[in-house]
Amino acid sequence: MTMVGAIPLPFHFRINLVGLLASCTILLWTLVALFAPLLAPHGIGEIVDSDYFGPMSAQFPLGTDYLGRDMLSRILLGTRYTVGISLAAVGLACFTGVTLGMAAAVAGGWTDTVLSRFLDALNSIPSKLFGLVVVAGVGSSIPVLIMTLAVIYTPGSYRFARALAVNVNTMDFITVARARGEGVPYIIGSEILPNILGPVFADVGLRFVFIVLLLSGLSFLGLGVQPPNADWGALVRENISGLPFGAPAVMFPSVAIASLTISVNLLIDNLPRKIRDRSA
Amino acid sequence: MNEGAVRRSLSPSLDDRSQTGNAMNRFVWSLVGGRLLVALFTLVVVSFTVFCATAILPGDVAEVLLGQAATPEAVAGLRAAMHLDEPGFLRFVRWLAGLGSGDLGVSYANKMPVTQLIGPRLLNSLKLAGVTALASVPIALSLGICAAILRGSLFDRLLTFGVIAVISVPEFMVATSAVLIFAVHLRWLPALSVAREATSFLDLLRIFAMPVITLAFVISAQMIRMTRAAMIETLNTPYVEMARLKGASPARIVLRHALPNAVGPIINAVALSLSYLLGGVIIVETIFNYPGIAKLMVDAVSTRDLPLIQSCAMVFCVVYLLLITIADVVAILSNPRLR
Repeated sequence: MTMVGAIPLPFHFRINLVGLLASCTILLWTLVALFAPLLAPHGIGEIVDSDYFGPMSAQFPLGTDYLGRDMLSRILLGTRYTVGISLAAVGLACFTGVTLGMAAAVAGGWTDTVLSRFLDALNSIPSKLFGLVVVAGVGSSIPVLIMTLAVIYTPGSYRFARALAVNVNTMDFITVARARGEGVPYIIGSEILPNILGPVFADVGLRFVFIVLLLSGLSFLGLGVQPPNADWGALVRENISGLPFGAPAVMFPSVAIASLTISVNLLIDNLPRKIRDRSA
Repeated sequence: MNEGAVRRSLSPSLDDRSQTGNAMNRFVWSLVGGRLLVALFTLVVVSFTVFCATAILPGDVAEVLLGQAATPEAVAGLRAAMHLDEPGFLRFVRWLAGLGSGDLGVSYANKMPVTQLIGPRLLNSLKLAGVTALASVPIALSLGICAAILRGSLFDRLLTFGVIAVISVPEFMVATSAVLIFAVHLRWLPALSVAREATSFLDLLRIFAMPVITLAFVISAQMIRMTRAAMIETLNTPYVEMARLKGASPARIVLRHALPNAVGPIINAVALSLSYLLGGVIIVETIFNYPGIAKLMVDAVSTRDLPLIQSCAMVFCVVYLLLITIADVVAILSNPRLR
């Protein structure tokens, strides 16, 4: 992550081991998401083992699933859904939330009050429940999932960006810009955004974690990605009957989720204070 | 006589104090009242959202209910009987009025009143939540407070790492890991069989153990994190530093100076953490097949039983709203600067 609007100090901040490890894990999953079909040793629907819930072996490093399909391939190919849907949703949520938040802070008055009240109210619906209700009403498909996840996490992003923007809004250079006669789009795009970019990126990371968790939870309940496709949460769901035998097929998709979410959390925790903190 | 003189001389100032006290109290109560109004407004917006998501979006309920062989006249008749031909807003008001008077409608799937379906299930879920709260609140609070006191020690760092690990994995991973450890490897508890009547206390314990362990982990992690933060904030205040400088013992600093002032933020943290029960309960009841309201709702989603889904959703939202409102009100009341 590069610093924006600051004096270039390339390797001034300490690169610590945990942060480095976390970045490597994230990079690894990104590459897997991009090149999964080339990496996977078997096809996604290919039944390769006569036994189901097979143990870990040289041939099938992560065992086989409830139909005797190779678990490693299924996890590799599931990465696209988990990472892709979450990225799309977090992008949409944060773009909407941050834009609205900055606009509300700059506009003030009625716009601010109405927007804040409404989005706060939306925020008081438990996220998993919101997902359940929408899926019940509309049915589950990938675009619906992306939209739902985006709507659920927009209010949080809005609140965060608004709090930051309100502080910047009191600065003299904003008053100067207003006096010059600049409009709201210019002020939020060129004056406020560069000053809150660091914390906003950290917030995007955290929200990405929440979205991955919620998506996995919904898929686990059978309301997320639908068969024959499967993301990591859906992989746990379809193999849950192997749990009493301690089948590796149940644990490894969860381990994949955990490695991704913990890495993102640790990376954000180990970002240089300057990028992470609110007082940009 | 002397006493009377003293009282007379004191009385103006006493009056003053009680008057400013009243004004301050009025201010605090107006804050609390404002918060309650916001909660009420939120409830209306939330119910509107729930209603919109389930009722106005596509799919005609009458056609779904009557099946493909239905004649257009039959569909039109049912639509009229169910008030589906009225504008959406009127239906929303009718539904809200029904909710307010305790009439939750009739389930599409088995034609039973929703109130009857929800009642026993809600009781089951509340039992689960109550047992979880009883088990985890004391443990989480003491761990959080200890971590704040021993900030930076190995204990604190290990605990913080554990908390981050639990918070950043999905609830079903906590549940499956608990099953793997306690049922598959240690063989203390049955794996996934809950759907039966409890005949003895030991049975009851076995039924509750796995769901409670899972939920306790999930909410304890949140509670430890928030309690630790609240306590650290209190320990950083000037009056605690003053107590330290005057030579008070560590135990006295914590118990006498810091803790009473951290009670408000800690109750706030507990109420907020308990709101995480709602998300956890949905996953846990599904995994362990526990007959609670969340399982009822997930089943209703798969049969698209809209009245049941709407009512369950409203129950969840009301509980959630109640918890976060309590958290906010406690935060207002416990702030000595406002009192």
